[in-house]
Amino acid sequence: MTVAKTEQLGALRAEAAQAKPRGLWSDAWRRLKKNKAALAGVAYIALLAFIAIFAGLLAPHDPDFIPADALANTPPVWQEGADRRFLLGTDSLSRDILSRLIYGARISLVVGFIPVALELLLGATVGIMSGWLGGRWDNLLMRLVDVVYAFPSLLFFIVVSSALGSTPFGRMLSGLVLLFVAFAITGWVTMARLVRGQVLTLKNKEFIEAARSVGVPTQRIIWRHVIPNSLAPIIVSVTFGIPGYILAEAALSYLGLGIHPPAASWGNMVREFSTLISLNAVFVLMPAALIALTMLAFTFLGDGLRDALDPQMTK
Amino acid sequence: MARFALNRILWTLPVFWLVITVTFVLIQVTPGSPWDAFNAANGGRLSPDLRPTWERQHGLDKPVAQQYVNYIVNSARFQFGESYTQQGQTVIERIMEGFPYSARIGVYALVLAAIIGVPLGVIAALKQNTMVDYVSLFFATVGATVPSFVIGFFMLAFFGVRLNWVPILWTDWRNYILPVVVLGIGTSAFIARLTRASILEITRQDYVRTARAKGLPERTVTMRHILRNGLIPVVTIMGPALAALITGTIIIENVFGVPGMGYLYIQSIGARDYPVIMGTTLFYTFFIVLGNMLVDLTYGVLDPRIKAS
Repeated sequence: MTVAKTEQLGALRAEAAQAKPRGLWSDAWRRLKKNKAALAGVAYIALLAFIAIFAGLLAPHDPDFIPADALANTPPVWQEGADRRFLLGTDSLSRDILSRLIYGARISLVVGFIPVALELLLGATVGIMSGWLGGRWDNLLMRLVDVVYAFPSLLFFIVVSSALGSTPFGRMLSGLVLLFVAFAITGWVTMARLVRGQVLTLKNKEFIEAARSVGVPTQRIIWRHVIPNSLAPIIVSVTFGIPGYILAEAALSYLGLGIHPPAASWGNMVREFSTLISLNAVFVLMPAALIALTMLAFTFLGDGLRDALDPQMTK
Repeated sequence: MARFALNRILWTLPVFWLVITVTFVLIQVTPGSPWDAFNAANGGRLSPDLRPTWERQHGLDKPVAQQYVNYIVNSARFQFGESYTQQGQTVIERIMEGFPYSARIGVYALVLAAIIGVPLGVIAALKQNTMVDYVSLFFATVGATVPSFVIGFFMLAFFGVRLNWVPILWTDWRNYILPVVVLGIGTSAFIARLTRASILEITRQDYVRTARAKGLPERTVTMRHILRNGLIPVVTIMGPALAALITGTIIIENVFGVPGMGYLYIQSIGARDYPVIMGTTLFYTFFIVLGNMLVDLTYGVLDPRIKAS
């Protein structure tokens, strides 16, 4: 009996010694792999990124080229009256819709990722400063954050685009630069609040205190301890931030304010095709469906990451 | 409580100030003078001789600092000037032309959202981790994620074009159906999530266990203890949700061609009608900020712990 138990214990020990140490990240990955919706989201985003990066090779036509011999508004190949050269048909200027959708993926991803990167940079800096320094600095910065946070962002985007859209700055990269700036100006506050909260909880933890007491410089504590330990909620917030910006671009372009034609974006394609809805509804539904799928993919991934990185949050 | 309320109300002032200042600065840096915009809005046929008179009328001959002060004072009194495109019509008159449509759609959508969202959330919470819960949670996620204008175009294509049940262009009461349903779906998803979370929290409370322990029938426990307490947060968000819906109609009104405030807003952007653009922006901001303030105040009344932080 005791011998058997000892043997069992020995086997367990050997197993434990062989098992890889499981950290937060490998644990999270294990949990994420079980979430089918999140995996589908990852697959979709990877495919979209591939299409966006290799748009030049994948697009069958030049998205801005107006062929002399093609008709306008020809339907996709599965409908009657299609032109075989254009799989998803042509728009009102006879441009190839498939190629324009492919290039639109590029706009959507860029408009999702760049403002989030800017907001991360600005928001994390302010958040760390505010949380670490505390006192008067914290008070001042957080009041600013409160005011900007209360500013209705869609209205801000609409006013900025309508006022500055026709300036040289507003026209840079077909209006992308203005969107980056406008999105980052309103977006950084969410990140600043989040990072500040993280810093405040970490600041008084024993391991930070230990690092400080042995004389590790502040900068090193922040880079080695504070930032790595705040990464999980930041990643989740970023994953939910990206679709927010993709939607904002689509909505603004739909209103005629975001990406300037002739550049193709899903939003301005919805705008263009919305007038054709009684003629052939399939036109407007193509870019609209892509917007919806992209939003869903990022949301499923965000939900999955939140559950995977923070098991306590679940339920 | 009075101190908390006063503090919260005073904190909206910097927000209004910031919005007013940002819109003022943006008008200043917009290329071309207001006269150019006015002239362009009227087809560019106006005689330059009219310019000094017109600028004096609108106070544009004064120094910028003076204009800024006037702008703040006038904004506080909801006087945003006259529209460039509609001669003799003030901005507030123009806003009020569209407001009834936006308000009606907002109210109907909220009622619909509550009718769908609350029962869905309650059922999901009471049958936690069953198929019913998963299905309604999935619906809530999708409904909250897919943009309302995308749902709008799908509905318009199906019910408007394919089935021809509702007119595509704005004609009669039938045109209210789709915008109300589309906005209602998004909000009902949000309400369902909130209801589910709130009810789940209540079911774990000690007083619910006590109620069961003293032998009350399950029906009474649910109706009197769980629902009554669990629905408080849901009721409190109705006000701000309405504010969000009325402003959230900006895009939806354009999809369905509703002649509401949002539609006029986008029209005025196309026409470079700056007084209307800025006036409508401030009007919308007023709604949103007021809505947010109300939710903070009601939470403060219901949950004294919030006041402390």
